[in-house]
Amino acid sequence: MNARRPSKNPAARQSARTTPASPDDRAAANDVTIRAVRRADLDAVIALDAQATGIEKRDYWRALYRRYGEAAAAERQFLVAVSGKAVVGYVIGEVRDWEFGSPPCGWVFAINVAPALRQSGTGSRLLEAVCAGFRATGTSTVRTMLARDDTLILSFFRSQGMTAGPFIPLEMSLVD
Amino acid sequence: MKLQQNTRLALYSLLEFAADPSRHISAAEIAHKYDVSSHHLAKVLAELARAGVVQSVRGVGGGYRFAANARRLTLMDVISRFEDISAASTDGSEHTPAGRALASVLSEVDEIAKATMSSITLATMLGMIDRQRERERVAR
Repeated sequence: MNARRPSKNPAARQSARTTPASPDDRAAANDVTIRAVRRADLDAVIALDAQATGIEKRDYWRALYRRYGEAAAAERQFLVAVSGKAVVGYVIGEVRDWEFGSPPCGWVFAINVAPALRQSGTGSRLLEAVCAGFRATGTSTVRTMLARDDTLILSFFRSQGMTAGPFIPLEMSLVD
Repeated sequence: MKLQQNTRLALYSLLEFAADPSRHISAAEIAHKYDVSSHHLAKVLAELARAGVVQSVRGVGGGYRFAANARRLTLMDVISRFEDISAASTDGSEHTPAGRALASVLSEVDEIAKATMSSITLATMLGMIDRQRERERVAR
């Protein structure tokens, strides 16, 4: 899940065809469309992620694109929100069967909207779109997991109607 | 997690105000709805006014009205005005390994509760209340 901390890497690269949103793009928020990701969107997606997390993860995103973009299927979705020619958000989700003993369930494991377009409904539309895809596979539950202190995005998912689920994540350190 | 009466009254009052930010609601109206004394509720509302999340309106038709952003104000923002959320649950036995182990478990529970309260805004609560009403309407 992408955090929403201020960017530590403002020099993130931009694509020639699609670019992250600027404050000027806010006016175009009503014209946002949601569609499947294309290879030409990848640089803009990487830049959006780097802006949010402060880390540019180029290899990671290429691998995600191969798994969710090129190998598109109803169970795997990589969607982008586009305003004009600018990529202003993305969401990635996958239906996973019997993971942790759970019946088939849609997992949202990345969602992000350009800071200039937050509070404009773009995140809601991305989540609605990926949930519609999950429903089309017959899945009746959507789930996500994120950092306990990431209150902004926790609030977003709560505002969409999500509540604590029946699973509890556990971890332990492997070093002394 | 158990909330004190004043905290719950503050949350109930804010939800009443936030449901219709343009409406002035008297302390007496809310006190009657939640079966508490107006005098008691007035102290709670005064604290909310000091926090800047409600405004008092004097005169005929006066009362209080919502003065915050319901999409930003969280349950924890309100709770922290009325309760000491930094205090760890202690019983004086933390000098023993068992006491420290139990304190660790209680701290884990507290952290999850705080994360939950910090992620739920008044706007989200209003949505939950609407859905609750709809479920009850359908059940009838």
